Amino acid sequence: MNPTPFLSFRGITKSFPAVLANDRVDFDMYGGEIHALLGENGAGKSTLMKILYGFYRADAGEIRVHGKPTDIRSPRDARRHRIGMVFQDFILIPALTVAENIALFLPDLPFVLDRALICKRIEEISERYSLRVDPGAPVWQLSVGERQKVELLKLLMADTQILILDEPTRSLAPHEAAGLFRVLDNLRRDGFAVTVITHKIREVLECADRITVMRRGKIAGTLPCADATQNALVSLMFGKAIAESPQRRCETPAGEAVPFLQLKGVSTRPEGTGMGLKAISLTVGSREIVGVAGVSGNGQRELGDVVLGMEKCSLGTKVLGGADATHWSVARVRSSGTAFIPEDPLGMAAFPWLSVQENMAMANTSRYARHGGASMDWVSVRSDLQASLERLGFSIPPVYVPLGTLSGGNIQRMILAREMAHDPRLIIAFYPTRGLDVQSAVAAREVLLASRDAGAGILLISEDLDELFTLSDRLVVMLRGEIVAAGTPQNLTIEEVGYLMTGLKGEGAKSGYSSGGGGDVSA
Amino acid sequence: MDTAAGVAEMFRHKRVTAMIRFGGLFGLALVVFALVLLVFGQNPLRAYVDIFRATLGSVYGFSEVLVKMIPLVLTALAVAIPSRIWLINVGGEGQLFIGALFATWGAITFNDQSCWLLLPLIAILGFMGGGLWALISGVMRARGWASETISTLLMNYVAILLVSFFVFGPWKDPESANYPQSAPFPDAAILPFFPGSRVHLGALLAIAGLLIFHFVMSRTRWGLEMRAIGINAEAARRNGISTYRYMLLVMFIGGGLAGLAGMGEVSAIHGQLRPSLSPGLGYTGFLISWITMGNPLGIVAAAFLISIITAGGDILQMTHRIPAAAIHILMALVLFVVLARSTGGRGRK
Amino acid sequence: MNELLLVSILSGAILSGTPLLYATLSEVIGERAGIINLGLEGVMLVGAVVGFATTVKTGNHALGIAAAALAGALFNMIFAFMVISRRANQLASGLALMFCGVGLSALIGAPFIGSRIEGLAVIRIPLLSDAPFFGRAFFQYDILVYLAIPTAVVLWWFLFRTRWGLGLRAVGENPTAAYAAGKHPLLLQYQVLFIAGLLGGIAGAHLSLALAHTWAEWMTAGRGFFAVALVIFAKWNPLRAIAGALLFGGAISLQLQMQARGVPVSSFILDMLPYVLSLTVLALWGGARRSAVPGSLGRVFQGTE
Repeated sequence: MNPTPFLSFRGITKSFPAVLANDRVDFDMYGGEIHALLGENGAGKSTLMKILYGFYRADAGEIRVHGKPTDIRSPRDARRHRIGMVFQDFILIPALTVAENIALFLPDLPFVLDRALICKRIEEISERYSLRVDPGAPVWQLSVGERQKVELLKLLMADTQILILDEPTRSLAPHEAAGLFRVLDNLRRDGFAVTVITHKIREVLECADRITVMRRGKIAGTLPCADATQNALVSLMFGKAIAESPQRRCETPAGEAVPFLQLKGVSTRPEGTGMGLKAISLTVGSREIVGVAGVSGNGQRELGDVVLGMEKCSLGTKVLGGADATHWSVARVRSSGTAFIPEDPLGMAAFPWLSVQENMAMANTSRYARHGGASMDWVSVRSDLQASLERLGFSIPPVYVPLGTLSGGNIQRMILAREMAHDPRLIIAFYPTRGLDVQSAVAAREVLLASRDAGAGILLISEDLDELFTLSDRLVVMLRGEIVAAGTPQNLTIEEVGYLMTGLKGEGAKSGYSSGGGGDVSA
Repeated sequence: MDTAAGVAEMFRHKRVTAMIRFGGLFGLALVVFALVLLVFGQNPLRAYVDIFRATLGSVYGFSEVLVKMIPLVLTALAVAIPSRIWLINVGGEGQLFIGALFATWGAITFNDQSCWLLLPLIAILGFMGGGLWALISGVMRARGWASETISTLLMNYVAILLVSFFVFGPWKDPESANYPQSAPFPDAAILPFFPGSRVHLGALLAIAGLLIFHFVMSRTRWGLEMRAIGINAEAARRNGISTYRYMLLVMFIGGGLAGLAGMGEVSAIHGQLRPSLSPGLGYTGFLISWITMGNPLGIVAAAFLISIITAGGDILQMTHRIPAAAIHILMALVLFVVLARSTGGRGRK
Repeated sequence: MNELLLVSILSGAILSGTPLLYATLSEVIGERAGIINLGLEGVMLVGAVVGFATTVKTGNHALGIAAAALAGALFNMIFAFMVISRRANQLASGLALMFCGVGLSALIGAPFIGSRIEGLAVIRIPLLSDAPFFGRAFFQYDILVYLAIPTAVVLWWFLFRTRWGLGLRAVGENPTAAYAAGKHPLLLQYQVLFIAGLLGGIAGAHLSLALAHTWAEWMTAGRGFFAVALVIFAKWNPLRAIAGALLFGGAISLQLQMQARGVPVSSFILDMLPYVLSLTVLALWGGARRSAVPGSLGRVFQGTE
């Protein structure tokens, strides 16, 4: 390790209206080292790195690059100091090609772009670090793993020295993650300073040289990998030794004979750059959780939309509760007892400027409309909301204030209460614990299990394989709009599902990272 | 702030700031108009005093203000209603003309009927005309083909040409030599006035429109759903609200109200269909709606103030000497000021 | 006889299509950067009147064209300020710009109504202009016509083969990504709107200097809006815009020919043709726009905290 760190944070403090995101944070990055920044969601890790990259300005503290204090005001400054960041949501532009996206990022290109030269440079670097991609492909055609490669290529070609990766394995299958770690290993060998931001303890133990834990905006401690054990890290992350044990999953008796949701050969037409579903056949019965595994972007959103009625089936039939629901409107699907918890409840299911009680009424306005719609029965709305919150064990927020004034966690609880208010028979849940801190995640999972025990059927879509294996009674794997495998957590392994998710098993099609040797498999 | 009183306080605060904002804007417009008057050789202060005296100083003057307000309120509503779900309807002018066209057809075709039949008929026709005209743009928007902003704008020009076609052609009044106008309306088709003034029954339609608009938006299920669409259309769709249907509905109703304005103008004010039917009433209504953010009380206030200026200017025969160009620039400036101040949250397509 | 008709339709298409092409190009580059400008009509009018007035006063057409371009660019800067720095709604700001342009041009042009000038000189190319059919159809135009297609090609080249164009397209697709890549989205947008204003001014200048040889209020008659529809037809590609402008110019020329030859259709109905055609273009190609439209068109770049 070099004596002078490539990068140092000293005393960085940053607060937002509701929260103190970073509280006097010190952090160092040395060349030739992989330094992991570990913490649960909401601990302040991303904020720290966004300050480094020029998206935010710190309220106090300083950043030193190679020992010299530096002021970083914009991403341009960061790049000038050879700092590069791979974000959680890649900032690639889907409509442009790989080469164009990379060219966008390079500072020293001539005014007239020499495409052949750029492609050649891309190929040189991708050889060296096993990051092979087709430079001429438009990005929207690439899988998540491939896009991540492009992000890394971009940074390497821009002569970056200090690399930060924010939750890099979020959308990767286990073998792809292993491939990524091999790439990081190569980078470390060549003297780069690499920081990986993550909340996954297992990964950190696998790849990091040093591990720093953040908790609620403060640095809780730093351990070299030799001293790092799961328990030590957990106690730093949470302040007490709770084991991250899988939740209880008891065997429950089967529900009714006829499944509530039946999809038979359902296909949809792809819209723009979205995915079309191909001959999906799936059932969800009462008292069961059916987990859908798959890399985000392989048709999960379309699956949820087609069940809800937001997308039309171009082929096939959909049956809800025994009735042919293929052409039902969204309103009718919902009133038949279907609840929907979307990916981003705040953005996709909430109305921030309407009051809490108005939000409650939105789930089913016809239920609360009186006099043919000329007035609304707010008394019923309030009492239903109260009942639902009590049943779920949540506290009751003020009902007249705009929903947007509540905290993020409370908004999600409100949405949950609204969806669960009328004993849904089918719940479609998208990534229900993504971005939640551990406490909220546990609570959300409890709610789903409780609903299942009470008789509902749940279609659970998640990228978190651990969560899927813990909660699901049955599993299906989606790839490119089709169901490529079905089974149970008992007869499938996580690794197998990982391969199926990325098409490496059975069809041998495109993939991100591979598991064997130094090269990679590409179609 | 978890009591109804707390929320009421919050809304009162909003109303006060809205009034201050509106007042400031209007003050600015007055100053700019004063400059315009200066440029054209009038004494602004003298002009304003004369205007106020002419309009507010006499019953007749005041009634003229009301006459001018009627179509403005209706065309402003034509913009305000779609704006609740973020549709921008610039087609008030065209919808007004088509409403007048349909009404004229009714008046000419059924010119031997009594007013009890004829008046409701031309009112319905006026509403249908404007509504259907706007609906074309509504369909284009709902199906995702074209922004209603540009389609309603294009339809304006088509509408005026259509009216010109009829008035120069099939419906030309044989008795009026070279003037392009239709045959005069039968008496039965002319909206009755309040005695001693030109304030016609259209005023009741305007008032009804305002009241119904306010009531629907604040109390009914449809108003709630519309507000929801306006806040988060995607979430509204996921909750079972048909944004498609609402888009069609608001365009139809908005266009219908503009059509009623056209019916009122052609029936009560002109008595026959002419291409000069509307001195930009549709666009003025657009302006009013944008300045007041579609608020019903604001619409009344803005329409009132604008009508004072135009009615007074007419009475004093001042406005003849100012070219229409100056009015265009004035409108643009007021719009610029309004737009430059409203930031954040309004950054929408 | 048939040849004469064909020639007049073709040359009419080219003549009418030229201002449309400049206008469409103006809108294409703006929309590629994420900004839709409904006020193009106003920009063209300002260009037309300033170009005309300058030519009347100085007798120099080149000066007139230059003045028109500059006036268009400066006028467009008002719009740029509203939508970039003040983050105002683009559609409404464009409308305001249109009203302003209509009024301003009427005001500036008032003293010039009725004046006539000599049109832009027709440039004759030695052998080609005298060729029997092709000569009259394709090679007897003024400089702006000849420059129109090269301008489209140059713009295409800038958009797709230079770093500046790449940055511009990135801003139009995803300004945050462009910002993270180190570009200045706001600066790029100002630059492109300036150039768009130049093009719009030139489009207007062609109308007054080459086609009409005079000034009349609202002489653009909606061409700014036709351009907005044509951009969608052209799928935001400058080269496709050439085809679109020609077709549209042909429609306008056809309409004028029919009116001139006394075809028994009311002139009002014929005047409707370009508007109805625009609406049709929007209706037919509007659905397809979802895949080709720049991802961030119409949205406002909120910058960073």
